[in-house]
Amino acid sequence: MSNTTPALSAAELLRWAWRQLTSMRTALMLLLLLAIAAVPGSVVPQEAINASALANWQDAHPKLTPIYVKIGLFHVYSSVWFGAVYVLLMISLVGCILPRCAVYWRALKLPPPATPKHLSRLPEHAKFSVEASTDEVLARAKAALKSYRIAEFDNSLGAQRGHLREAGNLVFHLSILIVLGGFAFGSLFGFKGGVVVVTGDGFSNAITQYDDFAPGPMFKPTDLEPFNFKLQKFNVEFITKGRSFGAARNFWADLAIVDKPGATPRVERLAVNHPLSVGSTDIFLIGHGYAPHITVRDGNGDIAYSGPSVFLPEGTDFRSFGVVKVPDAKPTQLGFEGEFYPTYAFTPERGAFTVFPDALDPAMSLLSYQGDLGLDDGRPQSVYVLDKSAMKPILKADGKPARLDLHPNDTVKLPDGLGTVTFDGLSRFVKLQISRTPGNWVALLGTIIGLIGLMGSLFVRPRRVWVRVQPDAETGHTLVEVGGLDRSSVSDLATEVDRIADALGREHT
Amino acid sequence: MSKLAFEALSQQAVVGAGVLYFLAFLAQLAGRRVAQPAADGPSVLANLGVTMLPMAALVHLGALVTRGLAAEPVRVPWGNMYEFTLTATFAVVATYLATMRRWSLRWMAPWVTGFAIVVLMADSLWLYEGVTPLRDALQSPWLVIHVVAAIIATGAFVLGGMASGLYLLKERWPDRFTKVPTLEVLDQLAYRMHAFGFPVWTFAALITGPIWAHQAWGSAWNWDPKEVWAFVTWVGYAAYLHARATAGWKGSRAAVVALVALATLIFNFVGINFFFGSGSMHSYAQGLVEHLVLRSPV
Repeated sequence: MSNTTPALSAAELLRWAWRQLTSMRTALMLLLLLAIAAVPGSVVPQEAINASALANWQDAHPKLTPIYVKIGLFHVYSSVWFGAVYVLLMISLVGCILPRCAVYWRALKLPPPATPKHLSRLPEHAKFSVEASTDEVLARAKAALKSYRIAEFDNSLGAQRGHLREAGNLVFHLSILIVLGGFAFGSLFGFKGGVVVVTGDGFSNAITQYDDFAPGPMFKPTDLEPFNFKLQKFNVEFITKGRSFGAARNFWADLAIVDKPGATPRVERLAVNHPLSVGSTDIFLIGHGYAPHITVRDGNGDIAYSGPSVFLPEGTDFRSFGVVKVPDAKPTQLGFEGEFYPTYAFTPERGAFTVFPDALDPAMSLLSYQGDLGLDDGRPQSVYVLDKSAMKPILKADGKPARLDLHPNDTVKLPDGLGTVTFDGLSRFVKLQISRTPGNWVALLGTIIGLIGLMGSLFVRPRRVWVRVQPDAETGHTLVEVGGLDRSSVSDLATEVDRIADALGREHT
Repeated sequence: MSKLAFEALSQQAVVGAGVLYFLAFLAQLAGRRVAQPAADGPSVLANLGVTMLPMAALVHLGALVTRGLAAEPVRVPWGNMYEFTLTATFAVVATYLATMRRWSLRWMAPWVTGFAIVVLMADSLWLYEGVTPLRDALQSPWLVIHVVAAIIATGAFVLGGMASGLYLLKERWPDRFTKVPTLEVLDQLAYRMHAFGFPVWTFAALITGPIWAHQAWGSAWNWDPKEVWAFVTWVGYAAYLHARATAGWKGSRAAVVALVALATLIFNFVGINFFFGSGSMHSYAQGLVEHLVLRSPV
């Protein structure tokens, strides 16, 4: 801006800013910015995606963590700056597309424009003389331009086609809004919950039954459909050879589903790639692991705890970590934590480990604690963590911590007559995701419409052709001029103009 | 024939295809050196070089088919990185052969052949894996649809990237690349390839991908590293298409955008599996279970 320009009024400034924002150049920069902004989320672990990887990362980078927290690098896709880029892009898109829709609407109703004075100035042009009369040439032109919209003028005609290119372009850009709208609707009104279910156990669809539950802002608990199910059976096979050794395959679970209270149960098989639907709620099988049955008798010989305990896998080898809390034990509360090995092995160098993820020779190794489990002070506690602040390790006579190594059907005595622990048997558990995303089909429809629009915008070739005839007084022939204009990026305009010229009777000499 | 025999046959076919590509490459290069008889069109050697290319591609296809037959049960050959790369290279050659006549791309033969040789060698040397059964998450009809689309789009993008790269080289050193057509032709070719690849990529990354992800992982879009980079690639090519229509970005700048987008695509194809290994649900070098396991509440 030069110094002589008077200061912009607020309205002018706004208009200027709007024009800048909705320009193609800005849209292009915003697109590139969006691509760059998306990258950090693939490099830095994201809390919403992989919480445990994030925890490991934060442990390893104590200095960077507070900085990263401040700039939102652990929540890239819900961060202010990522949101800012795509909101600006959306505004730019709307600001660009809506006026173009209006222009398109008006252009649709207009006939092809009048024939330019100098057809020879068009990108493609042909001029020749034919014996046929002017009327006949024009009639031939109309036949040759069948796929065009034609307007007739004096001694000439104009033709255009390929309107659908711009339509496709507009539809494509509008469909982006439909897709985002669909996703937004789903995350506003939907929910996503996770639950661990041991084989033989059941689940009924109420918030209290979930291990973790993430509702959308507009979700109402009454939206939960009143179904329940029982996990009847779970199967898993592990690959026993090759580089995929130990990877799980072919795992599925049989659920006996009761769609609503009083309905007869239906048994359905749930597997990876085969989610189950109950009404509009989807159930996914996303993980599995072991739940050893443990019985703890306290110092009085009474059963203080008995049942399957979920041990969470720590890696692909299914070495698993778990906790058993026994608040009812007398004289003191007891707590255990330790590892489960599906196929137990031991070497002095490595200690205990598992050689295969399947339960071929299961074993547990637990450390035991006594004292106060801290369950009574009202603070919520994870079932997978033992709060040891008021507990002390149970020691053997030699002063070392009592480590309980158990194979199935083993019973081990705790020191000082504190009780016994028995490994009764083994169940498996599945980790299920139960969710409702009501806008998904809108988003899907949006992408399909968008794809169709995109193809139109890329492959339809908008084109204008004019034909002018002029009687040649000297020879009695007709002078014909054909001109073509093309707005597509890849052009076969020359071929098309040649085709029309030939159809009009041009002779090659 | 036993499964092992099929696996061995597939490896031999890869070697055979590599040898044929190499011979074709030599013939193409020699054909360019030999003075061309005026008006007679390409020399005999150059012709031989181009004729051998479909033969090499056929053997290459044979390697893919036998690879699939070697699995128990028989499956599509897209279970791991080695197989993806083998297929993607084939897609590049096949796309080239399909469009060669139509868009007069004979001049491009040495570039495409050289690419196939280099990638096949790298694939055999560094990425080779034995045949293993498909993991559960891969056992879906969507594997075929999603991966076929992704691989076809990759083939088109690689060819488009070659055209864009040559555009920049020729623009910088107009005298060096005499066998390469004019800048205008290169630009049009790049656009054609990208315009073909982009909707196919859209279909792969933004339609079939989310549908499959919803089925397998319970959520249509997870911002998994592979998804992030597929999105980055999509945005990159969208930017290319916009750049080509924007004053000041036509020509070389658009070509640079296309090459950056191709770089993100290749990074997604190769890099993710190695750099983000266990973090990506698409990392079939590591295993899906680990990820599933890591998502458990702690």
